[in-house]
Amino acid sequence: MKIIYLISQLIIPVFIFFVIFYGFTKKVKVYDSFINGAKDGINLTLRIFPYILAIFIAIKTFQVSGIFDFVKNLLYPILNFFSIPLEVLSISIIKPLSGSASIGVFTDIVKTTGPDSFASKVSAVIMGSAETTFYVLAVYLGAAGIKKTKYLIPVCVISDIIGIVIAIIVTKILLG
Amino acid sequence: MNTIWFILTTTSIIFCIFTGKTEDFTKALFDATKSAVEVSLYLLGIISLWLGITKIIEDSGLIYHISKTFQPIVCRLFKKIPKEHPSITSITLNFLANLLGLGNAATPLGIKAMQDLQTLNEDKETVSFDMMLFIVINTASIQLIPFTVVGILSQYGAKYPSSIVLPTIIATVTSAVVAVINLYVFKKFFNRKK
Repeated sequence: MKIIYLISQLIIPVFIFFVIFYGFTKKVKVYDSFINGAKDGINLTLRIFPYILAIFIAIKTFQVSGIFDFVKNLLYPILNFFSIPLEVLSISIIKPLSGSASIGVFTDIVKTTGPDSFASKVSAVIMGSAETTFYVLAVYLGAAGIKKTKYLIPVCVISDIIGIVIAIIVTKILLG
Repeated sequence: MNTIWFILTTTSIIFCIFTGKTEDFTKALFDATKSAVEVSLYLLGIISLWLGITKIIEDSGLIYHISKTFQPIVCRLFKKIPKEHPSITSITLNFLANLLGLGNAATPLGIKAMQDLQTLNEDKETVSFDMMLFIVINTASIQLIPFTVVGILSQYGAKYPSSIVLPTIIATVTSAVVAVINLYVFKKFFNRKK
């Protein structure tokens, strides 16, 4: 655990050192190369910006609209039946939408239910195993300039839901 | 994306009107524009950084060594990528960054990978199967150790904060496999309908 943490701390500096050093030994003008590559960053970011804006508008307004509470009330009996804590639902809805908001919700769950509660554990596993799907979709598709997505969106949404169910089951078996 | 965006925005507007939260809606709208600018500025920095670094990798020929090493794995997953294509390197680096939980490197390298995959795409407006596979694996986010989460748990005094590591790895790997299977099922269904 500590070793992996150390590796992940070291990997970026070591990797960048290696790349620059290797380039230098191959007689590449590393500074000019870097500038040449970095130059493209401005155009690329400008191109992605409208996609980020659109997805942020959708996500932020969705968050304040109160739909969450509505969905929570709707799904409450099902969760109760499987004896799954209600907090798990909050994290499941928020995680695919927003990374920073999900950290807030997760911290809140840990604070209110305690760090060793089942709700905290399930939420932790969901936090680690789910991704901010819609942001990734918007940015990646925007960067490539894709307009037609075929069946990609339903695949991602369904996979997200299955992923959350898997996370709950795995936590229940191993830590429940 | 059209459908998703339409559903998200219209349902939130309708809900806001019915629950009397129109003021919150307007506030959220302008908050969103502000966050979009902040995130984009942040992205501008890290994308340029990683584009600069990958340019050195390309110019120095290091790219051939990376793509040669990881070609067998990447080309087995992505069947339409030809040998020694730059996308092999960007996909490899993106996967490694994801695995180690280096979000700051993973997103820019993923964007680079999408652009490299787009050069192989026949219909530039329509997503290719390799792109879909790449996105699906990315959104399943295989990660060895979720450091942020373990950090929060230990900060609030969990007895064994790292006890969630094993279930997380099992859950994330299983859900990634399920997601890929899911994609292939949809592909089969979609082709038949055609």
